[in-house]
Amino acid sequence: MSLLKYESQQREPLVDGNKDYHQVTEDIISPIEMKPSKLWYIGFYISVSLLLFGVYSVYREVTYGIGQWNLNKTIGWGWDITNFVWWVGIGHAGTLISAILLLFRQGWRTGVNRAAEAMTIFAVMCAGQFPIWHMGRVWMAFFVLPYPNSRGPLWVNFNSPLLWDVFAISTYFTVSLLFWYSGLIPDMATVRDRAKTKLRKLLYGIASFGWTGSTKHWQRHESLSLVLAGLSTPLVLSVHTIVSFDFATSIVPGWHTTIFPPYFVAGAIFSGFAMVQTLLIVVRKVMGLQDYITLGHIEAMNKVIVLTGSIVGCAYLTELFIAWYGQNPYEWYAFSQNRANLFSPYGWSYWLMMFCNVVSPQLFWSRKLRRNITVTFFMSIVVNIGMWYERFVIIVTSIYRDFLPSSWSTYYSPTIWEIGFYLGTFGLFFTCFFLFSKYFPVIAVAEIKSILKTSGENYKVKMTDIEKADAEKFYHEVEHAH
Amino acid sequence: MAGGIKKFVVGSFSDEAVLFPAVKNVRKAGYKIHDVYTPFPVHGLDHAMGLRETSLHTAGFIYAITGTTTALSFMTWVFTKDWPLNVGGKPHFALPAWIPITFELTVLFSAVGMVLTFCYLCQLSPFVKKHHFHPRATDDLFVMAIECTDKTNDAEVKSFLEKAGAQEINVQMAETGWWIGRYDKEQKLYREEKGY
Repeated sequence: MSLLKYESQQREPLVDGNKDYHQVTEDIISPIEMKPSKLWYIGFYISVSLLLFGVYSVYREVTYGIGQWNLNKTIGWGWDITNFVWWVGIGHAGTLISAILLLFRQGWRTGVNRAAEAMTIFAVMCAGQFPIWHMGRVWMAFFVLPYPNSRGPLWVNFNSPLLWDVFAISTYFTVSLLFWYSGLIPDMATVRDRAKTKLRKLLYGIASFGWTGSTKHWQRHESLSLVLAGLSTPLVLSVHTIVSFDFATSIVPGWHTTIFPPYFVAGAIFSGFAMVQTLLIVVRKVMGLQDYITLGHIEAMNKVIVLTGSIVGCAYLTELFIAWYGQNPYEWYAFSQNRANLFSPYGWSYWLMMFCNVVSPQLFWSRKLRRNITVTFFMSIVVNIGMWYERFVIIVTSIYRDFLPSSWSTYYSPTIWEIGFYLGTFGLFFTCFFLFSKYFPVIAVAEIKSILKTSGENYKVKMTDIEKADAEKFYHEVEHAH
Repeated sequence: MAGGIKKFVVGSFSDEAVLFPAVKNVRKAGYKIHDVYTPFPVHGLDHAMGLRETSLHTAGFIYAITGTTTALSFMTWVFTKDWPLNVGGKPHFALPAWIPITFELTVLFSAVGMVLTFCYLCQLSPFVKKHHFHPRATDDLFVMAIECTDKTNDAEVKSFLEKAGAQEINVQMAETGWWIGRYDKEQKLYREEKGY
């Protein structure tokens, strides 16, 4: 038994300090039971005010029409769809961490998966706002659903990538929510069973669904998590693939490329991990969870950032090369003039994107910088700015000079209400995240306990005996274990 | 759904390394383990207790193919029978264009179906209440409940558990099923309160 729990001491511990099971519960759950700090209140109120500003901006858009946004003849998709793609992209890291890393048996995901999944859900909620309000007549939003209606029935167009998006985003949201909450049930039961106040007993009693921790239930729970992970893995790849189809299936120069699906997926993971870094670096500090979200965790995520950042860089260069090699004058014009020409109206945004996404993540080849919290925090924000500009570049620079040169003169810049809507989704995102960090266990307690005895710092020291033990004997024991 | 009130001898273990041999010995001695409650999934415990594999994943597969067929047959019916739409003379049966939605519905049906099945099998739902043998079973203790029959000698089971390494051994009368209840109140079963 003890031999099978062996993990090499070469591997960095995933839980620092001298912990036992009870200490893990105490560390992660006690912030829920305490009054939030002043800093929490300040942050929460700022988020709520941003949210309210967003609500007012949307109110204006609904009342006065889509003209409240500075969209014009050629630019029908401005900040709005840029923000949509940006938020959906951010919403990719959580499922990647909880699903793909589960299948790859990466132990370090246990420290960060809960918060990352929550972030995913909130990001997808924000993303969903944009296409919905962009409809203009938002009260017709249910028209996107294929339901029997009195107009024929006239069905939706199943051949349209925009409809695929409806299915992809709503499925992704539902499945992420189910995955997240099914993992949360046992931890809610932990909060319930140690609750002192009546209200907490009542609420966490409801939220924990009567979980007891029965072995049979755990067995089913494990099977459920594994299959949901298996389903979410292709799902997470499909969602951004389908988002990229919104562009790639059109004939607009700069969009009509087959490289879009893999390039969008890599970019999504890239920006998602950056957002996870931004949030977790703050959370671990404020909630004192440095023992669970260690430098090792941060380094592991930075490795993903440098990998996906480089994939994105390769995609940019491939795109540029193919635009030239393909000899299509419109395609080449979009790349050489609208984007890469620094002196064209939007040339600055292309080079800003190049710098933020391709050049700056290369810093993370250095181990010292990967493990530096200040650098990581700064970089996580740079990456997200870069990824926002990527979507801006793709959308605006491809359509501001369309096939009709008489429409060319219009330089697009957003109105305050368009920006306000974007700020409002930040408000929504952070309001949700603040509430989550106050009322939910931000780290998967049960999962940390299940890796504690292999990857906890104080248990690792005890591995010395095992490392010295006879390997032959070990194999013999394993072979006859059952 | 009430399962009936039964008598249990309950012992808690603080280390899974002690728990495993204890489970083995208790089963060897012929006692009936009602359940073991653990704060996290202990791998191999289900085998040690002799539980059969769950077939939840098979249910997941069935839900998945239901999703696939629903999506494909619905889109086929809409675009070839109910309202054939001429899009630039392209075929009505546009299978490649339907793959994204088919895939999404496969995943959606499978995930939703599996989670509902999981909740049904484990009787998990808001407002469901069950008997908890030890409040620390969700914190740091591994709690074993042994079911007593008329013939069981409680004292014997207790001393057996003590030898196996259990702490805090006691006898509890408990409802084995679930009922609608609140966790902030000490509640009896509905049927007891009503005097059924």
